[in-house]
Amino acid sequence: MTTMPNIELAKATVAEVADEAATKVVAREVNVYYADKHALHDVSIDIPEKAVTAFIGPSGCGKSTFLRCINRMNDTISICRVSGRIEIDGSDIYDRNLDPVQLRAKVGMVFQKPNPFPKSIYENVAYGPRIHGLTSSKADLDEVVTMSLKRAGLYEEVKDRLASPGTGLSGGQQQRLCIARAIAVNPEVILMDEPCSALDPIATAKIEELIDELRENYTIVIVTHSMQQAARVSQRTAFFHLGKLVEEGPTEQIFTAPQDKRTQDYITGRFG
Amino acid sequence: MVSLFFLLIVAVALAAFAFGRSRGRAFVGGGARLHSLPVYHGLFLATLCVLPMLVVLAAWTPVAPRYVEARTLAALPAELAPQTTLEKEGRLREARLVALGQFAGTPDAGTTVAAGAYAGARTEAEVTLLVLGLAGAAAGFVFGRRRLAPDFRARNSFEHVTKVVLIACSGVAILTTVGIVFSVLFETLRFFARYPWYDFLFGLQWSPQTAIRADQVGQSGTFGAVPLFAGTTLIMLIAMMVAGPVGLFAAIYMSEYATPRVRAVAKPVLEVLAGIPTVVFGFFAALTVAPFIKNVGESLGLSVASESALAAGLVMGVMIIPFVSSLSDDVINAVPQSLRDGSYGMGATRSETIKRVVLPAALPGIVSALMLAISRAVGETMIVVMAAGLAGNLTFNPLEAVTTVTVQIKTLLVGDQEFDSAKTLSAFALGFVLFFFTLALNIIALRIVRKYREQYD
Repeated sequence: MTTMPNIELAKATVAEVADEAATKVVAREVNVYYADKHALHDVSIDIPEKAVTAFIGPSGCGKSTFLRCINRMNDTISICRVSGRIEIDGSDIYDRNLDPVQLRAKVGMVFQKPNPFPKSIYENVAYGPRIHGLTSSKADLDEVVTMSLKRAGLYEEVKDRLASPGTGLSGGQQQRLCIARAIAVNPEVILMDEPCSALDPIATAKIEELIDELRENYTIVIVTHSMQQAARVSQRTAFFHLGKLVEEGPTEQIFTAPQDKRTQDYITGRFG
Repeated sequence: MVSLFFLLIVAVALAAFAFGRSRGRAFVGGGARLHSLPVYHGLFLATLCVLPMLVVLAAWTPVAPRYVEARTLAALPAELAPQTTLEKEGRLREARLVALGQFAGTPDAGTTVAAGAYAGARTEAEVTLLVLGLAGAAAGFVFGRRRLAPDFRARNSFEHVTKVVLIACSGVAILTTVGIVFSVLFETLRFFARYPWYDFLFGLQWSPQTAIRADQVGQSGTFGAVPLFAGTTLIMLIAMMVAGPVGLFAAIYMSEYATPRVRAVAKPVLEVLAGIPTVVFGFFAALTVAPFIKNVGESLGLSVASESALAAGLVMGVMIIPFVSSLSDDVINAVPQSLRDGSYGMGATRSETIKRVVLPAALPGIVSALMLAISRAVGETMIVVMAAGLAGNLTFNPLEAVTTVTVQIKTLLVGDQEFDSAKTLSAFALGFVLFFFTLALNIIALRIVRKYREQYD
């Protein structure tokens, strides 16, 4: 057997997760097509509540595509077609009667490149509460903004300049602002699409720390290129390859005793 | 003669190029390692030969005619010596015609002498040009040939030539603009010498017909331009009320809602609208829209002029729709997709995303698009010539006939005019005001665009 990479594992053990393992998201035989291209084949997975699940795999393997199915972001791409079944808390999110706009308020998303709106820091965080009418007064809104910034670990750095533009922050701060913006609408699930790929190591460390804290309150799904990152922050890991979900299980197991040859090759750096 | 000289320049350039390149190749044949490719040796040598020739031509062009003129006048017998400028011009013209053998009739003795002097002086001037030009070319050739060597950096030297040519071309564009501005400015100052600028800018009556005889009545020749500015503004506002919303909303549909297939068809069609000549819009306005508005207005009991500001403004608005929509479409598309994703990811609908994220981000660009459209509308002539009136009514009633700055400029200058009366000079003053206005709008628009560019990245 090949030697496994020396990867430090997340603090929460498999047993811990298993204890509280209420399943939040259930996907069954999800297929995605971009025009004629079959991008995702029969993906079935259970994502546990209040834990971090990492999707790893080489570029173009479908992990981001699957992530974007969970909040129906693929609906905004006209050539994209999704089949199969995805349930959150037991209800089908592709149900005809379900409003994808409401779904996305429940399933927040953080993107690869920090994308704060060209508005003030305050307005960035207040965006979601405003469009969903979550707050009734200015004081209420202030409270939500402050809370969200605090939870995203950004408040101390920006409390004196809430009115200055969000685009003026550093890359890492912008990404934490985007996380604050996502949690301001009080979502249950937060999807993160390679949230650290545009950041330097120090900013990355801060985000990872933040993800570990957010795990207490939110179900987090993170797509990452970095196996070290997956090992550091996640409790469960899913390995995607060529549009298929190859293997899925507790992070420790995936990184120490993968069942599939492809997983083993990938995490030992043989390809990808 | 000058055209012959240009042919000579081309011939010299080709010869020098061929020679330089073959020298470069010879170096290679001799086993040397060249710093620059042979072709650069050729270009370098050709440049060195052509440059002095162009300098000679540039110096010769203003000097030669004066020399010829002076020689011709000096040859005239004393009794024919011209007293006035007009006479001088006449004598010179006659001498030239005789020299060219195009003089109708028999010239008198003095003119024949002058013609002889003219022909002689011309030949001298032309020979001088040829000799000096070739001497310059030869000097350049000798100088350049001595520098050609395997390690000569012809490639870098030619870089300077490229730069100079590029500077010269942009210089032409800039100098033309400056020239136009100054010529309009000076004519405007001449006008203001005859007519007080205060009355021009703030006067309320426009009646440019000047009395030729003392007993003519009603020909006051007052140049109060306010009615023209008001008419221009009125038509521009009507046009923008059409083009602003329609153009902007069309752009939003094109960039945010239309499927790629719809966009592929609709966008070119919209751009065809931009390609329709304004004269076509003009008769559309005059023959279709104006009568229609008049009929509708009269059936509602309103009195509508047959050349109403409304008709001209509406059609002008239609004309600038593609202008607004295509510029706005560009700036809306320039808003990064990641911002839209961010908004959708928050659970915003498409129109919320457009209203709260895309449009605010694109707003500076949209404003500058609207400003460029305004300067287009203000400067537009053909539609208003055909569809708006000539009478300088000071009114903001869109159903009455108004006139615009551009219509008046055209009216003042079309036909037989003498170019030193207040009437024709006032056209330059109007043009100057118009130019100043559109220039100001363009500068503001460009500044806004620049500021907008700094928003992302």
